[in-house]
Amino acid sequence: MTTKSLTFPRLFPRPKADTGIWSWIGTVDHKRIGTLYGITAFIWFIVGGIEALLLRVQLARPENDFLDPEAFNQLFTMHGTTMVFLVVMPLSAAFFNWLIPLQIGARDVAFPRLNAFSFWVFLLGSLLLNVSWITGDAPNGGWFGYAPNSSTTFNPGIGMTYWVVGLNILGVASIAAGLNFIVTILNMRAPGMTMFKLPIFTWMTLITSVLIVLAMPVLAVAGIQLLSDRVYGTYFFDSLGGGDPVLWQNIFWLFGHPEVYILILPAMGIVSEVLPTFARKPLFGYPFVVFAGAAIAFMGWFVWAHHMFTVGLGPAANSAFAISTMLIAVPTGVKIFNWLGTLWRGNIRLNTPMLFSISFIAMFTIGGLSGVMHASPPTDAQQQDTYFVVAHFHYVLVGGALLGIFSGIYFWWPKFTGWFLNEKLGLTNWALMLIGFNFTFGPMHWLGMDGMPRRIYTYAEDMGWETSNLFSTIGSMLLGLGILVFIINVFYSKMNKKMASADPWDGRTLEWSVPSPPPPHDFDEIPQVKYRDDFWFKKHPETIAQYYHDEHDDQDQAVPSGAQFDGDDEAVAVPAVAENKSNGHGHGGIHLPDMSYYPFVLSVGITIFGAGFLTNTYVIAAGVPFFLWGLLGWSMEPVNDPE
Amino acid sequence: MTQAATTGYQDPIENTSTGLSSRKLMMWAFLASDVMFFGTFIATYLVYRGKSLVGPYPSEILDIPVTSVSTFVLLMSSLAMVLALHYLKNGEKNKATLWILAVVVLGTVFMGFQVVEFRLFAQEGLTPRTNLFGTTFFILTGIHGAHVTIGVIWMAFLAYGSHKGTLRSDNSMDLEIAGLYWHFVDIVWIVIFTVIYLISAADGPPPGAETILH
Repeated sequence: MTTKSLTFPRLFPRPKADTGIWSWIGTVDHKRIGTLYGITAFIWFIVGGIEALLLRVQLARPENDFLDPEAFNQLFTMHGTTMVFLVVMPLSAAFFNWLIPLQIGARDVAFPRLNAFSFWVFLLGSLLLNVSWITGDAPNGGWFGYAPNSSTTFNPGIGMTYWVVGLNILGVASIAAGLNFIVTILNMRAPGMTMFKLPIFTWMTLITSVLIVLAMPVLAVAGIQLLSDRVYGTYFFDSLGGGDPVLWQNIFWLFGHPEVYILILPAMGIVSEVLPTFARKPLFGYPFVVFAGAAIAFMGWFVWAHHMFTVGLGPAANSAFAISTMLIAVPTGVKIFNWLGTLWRGNIRLNTPMLFSISFIAMFTIGGLSGVMHASPPTDAQQQDTYFVVAHFHYVLVGGALLGIFSGIYFWWPKFTGWFLNEKLGLTNWALMLIGFNFTFGPMHWLGMDGMPRRIYTYAEDMGWETSNLFSTIGSMLLGLGILVFIINVFYSKMNKKMASADPWDGRTLEWSVPSPPPPHDFDEIPQVKYRDDFWFKKHPETIAQYYHDEHDDQDQAVPSGAQFDGDDEAVAVPAVAENKSNGHGHGGIHLPDMSYYPFVLSVGITIFGAGFLTNTYVIAAGVPFFLWGLLGWSMEPVNDPE
Repeated sequence: MTQAATTGYQDPIENTSTGLSSRKLMMWAFLASDVMFFGTFIATYLVYRGKSLVGPYPSEILDIPVTSVSTFVLLMSSLAMVLALHYLKNGEKNKATLWILAVVVLGTVFMGFQVVEFRLFAQEGLTPRTNLFGTTFFILTGIHGAHVTIGVIWMAFLAYGSHKGTLRSDNSMDLEIAGLYWHFVDIVWIVIFTVIYLISAADGPPPGAETILH
């Protein structure tokens, strides 16, 4: 089709290279972007981990002077911010990028350039946030940035401004990625793959993306308001002008509680893929897992004030939020039974990814139960701001999200790279992490019950907290050692490659049907999907009768027994042949989107623009040309240049 | 779905599992996100309504007749938008261009009203740093104004495209998506107009405000 369109003059030719730096800056391949996300987030994971270890060293013994109070404040603020926004979210994004197109039988995401844009904004935003270390004035008001402690009155340094600008830039990246995955999952499914045949990880990604798209703007508003207070002297959270610091808490936690489900739901999706594979059974109660995930996402919007039980909202509000918080444990509990049901009478293979997933169930259950404890306002009043809460959320975020992510890393690594991670080192990695984790955060329950407050940089000798704190610090070193073993494993396995086949685990979903690592175009032919876990049933047709009964003789009408069939047999008769495979250039004639440098240019513009709020208006102005160049160039650039 | 889904890359953008254009679905999802964005600002405004410690208070400064005119102008731009899309789909190029230009002009007039209003308020002593009303008013209407401005620039490009013939009935989706955005920004203004101008217009000083300060 040759049609006229507006064009924008190019300063540089459109990147075409397959290797070298430009191949990465210009890439729009979801697999490469996933790799970039993974590597960047892992580097931040090491940074955030070192921050945590420094905190633990300081707390190892009473009256320690390893860190001064200011450094301690900066470290715990940046540890929390880094782990939430620069580690768990982007590590999940790495899995979204790698897996979603492969799982739904697509060749890329719906908007490949937007996908690249998300990554570059994330990278530059995370760098900007951490530039604050160089200024010597890193954010120090906690990852929740409570007003009025975050105001210029009580926090005159530039640290919290870095925090708020950094988070707003990262929010742009998250929203763009969330929109992209919503559209990709709804619109790019392979023929026959109806919503209830989606792999469960894809479902959790969809739910997470909806949460991201709805929750991040709330954080953006909180950020804009705080920035405006700090830079322009408005009164949003300033009680001298009538503002109410509690509004910050309301807005922040209205974002913050959906955010914890943004962190955990992808890990739940990973575990829900790993368990069926190594139990060699379909996921038990698939629709329940889907609806429980959706219920969590919905109810997650009505529980935020349980972070604020001690603020004094009154008995009516506290009771309402206590009830909703206890209720949200129900769909979460449903999932735990689904996982147990999946394992029940399964033909279980215990290897590294499986052990991580099983540990996830156990640790997440502990974290979930301590969460239900402080759903009760009187109990919470005792636990608020103590180490008990620290123990709780590390059990769900490390014992939950992180173990789930590690399970996913070991599980999909052969798919991503074409070779296995070493199993012995993997088991060492798993054992050290699990033991170290429990040694680190288990004693914090005791410390919290014993009244040790959070965020104190040291404590007196006669408080009786020394032993538990020492244990906790030793545990954190073991945990760190576990991560070190993982890094060693990556390099060791790279040097002693044990090659993986396309389907090394006898997998269930479509990503295992393509070579490891997948070719740039992913699928030679777009697959036809008939069943949930279609790839499994294609390999093991003899098991179809076990789970499906054909109500009609017509094979195409096969209906899963006991599960709903949404009757949407759209596009069953699509010819699955790449027609122009032999003509055209590259990738067997399959047209992939061309590379583009505009997403990078636009993200540079946005970051410079954001940096302007930290310096002066000239810098804001300096961001504008990049912004316009990126935006206009991008909007007038066709996905594929005419040949 | 057609064979395009199995062969080319761009094709899945319009030939999709749901049958909806991916770009259109994307805009709807973005608007959902924007609802939360405006919703939080509007909630902030409502929480702080009547809590300003010093004047000028809304009752002393808001001019409802003038803002009603600018509201009417913005609502008419939505009508122009609908007509523009209608003519574009019909292939009536000149009429389409004209009505897209009408959107641009009406949007610009609305922004003109806002600029004048902001300046007047500043002269009368209301800035974001005066009181809570100023803080919440300028941020909420300012963010909305930014949305309108982005829309106007976008429409200007589309008007140029329509004039040049690069925006035609076969790619009218470009205009339809911009239209979704435009109508949304319009609807948000109806809420803002109601919440700030109609509901708060009589708000004076809160009881005891003067005694707190003096």
